[in-house]
Amino acid sequence: MVYLTRRAEFSAAHYYHNPELSAEENRRIFGKCNNPNGHGHNYTLEVTVRGGVDPRSGFVVDLKELKGVLHREVLDAMDHHFLNKEVPEFLTRIPTTENIAITIWQRLAPKLKQAQLHRVRVYETADLFVDFYGEP
Amino acid sequence: MKAHLTRRYRFSASHRLHCDAMSAAENARVYGKCNNPHGHGHNYMLEVTVSGSVDESTGMVCNLADLDGFVEREILERFDHQNLNCLPEFQSAVPTTENLCIETYRILERGFRHAHLEKVRFEETMMNSFEYAGGAEPHH
Repeated sequence: MVYLTRRAEFSAAHYYHNPELSAEENRRIFGKCNNPNGHGHNYTLEVTVRGGVDPRSGFVVDLKELKGVLHREVLDAMDHHFLNKEVPEFLTRIPTTENIAITIWQRLAPKLKQAQLHRVRVYETADLFVDFYGEP
Repeated sequence: MKAHLTRRYRFSASHRLHCDAMSAAENARVYGKCNNPHGHGHNYMLEVTVSGSVDESTGMVCNLADLDGFVEREILERFDHQNLNCLPEFQSAVPTTENLCIETYRILERGFRHAHLEKVRFEETMMNSFEYAGGAEPHH
C-alpha cells in the first residue's frame, strides 16, 4: 500500500451563522466569524489517496486524473467564491473548516476510481487544519 | 461525522539537559552541548490535535476559543519565557522535548473537556519533532 498526497490552494470567503440561533448566540459562539459580510482565507487542501502500485504504470493513481477531479469537483466550485452563497452544500451547512473537509471528501470519494481516498486535510491558516478520514 | 482538528502554538523557553543520577562525564557524553550548565533555549512549536463529532448546530469539533483559552492559560502561561528546569514539572524529570511532550499531553488530558485529545506534537527546531498520543499509535 502506498499513500500519495496532492496539494492545492484556493481562496474563498465565508462566515459562520446558524439561523436557528438568536443573533446574540451567534455572536457569542462564532465571534468575529459571524460578520454577515464575510471574510476570507487562503485555504490549502491536501488530498491523500492510497492503493497498490500498478505494475505497468508504476502509479498509485494517474496524477492527471486526480488533478482533473480536484479541479472539477472542488477548485472550480470554491476558488474565489463566497462559500455560504455559491456552494450548494453550504446553503444549509456552516462552512467551518470541519465542514469544508467533509464536503470535499463527499465530492471526491465517488469520483475516484483507481485509488481509495484516505484523508482530506484542509488548512484554514498555517496554524489551523482539519483532517477527515471518512469516519461516520 | 468525526473529524480531527489541529492547532499550532508557539512559545520560547530555556532548558539544560542534565541527570543527577549520572556522573559529570556521563552527562557530558549523553547530552553533549545540551549539558552546558548555563542552559540554552528554543522556539518550540506545539501542535495539539483533538477529535470528535462535528456538532450540527455549530459545524465544529470544538470551539477554537475554548481550545485557545485552555492552551493559553494552562500551557503557554506555564512554559513561555521560562527556564523549564526551574518548574515543578521538571524537578524529577529531565526537560527533554520527549518529557515536555508527555507533560503537555497530561495537562490537556486532565483538564480539556471540549473534545477528545488525540495527540500532542512538538518541534524543538525545524530538524526534530516529537509526538505523544498517550500510548496509542498516532493517527496519520
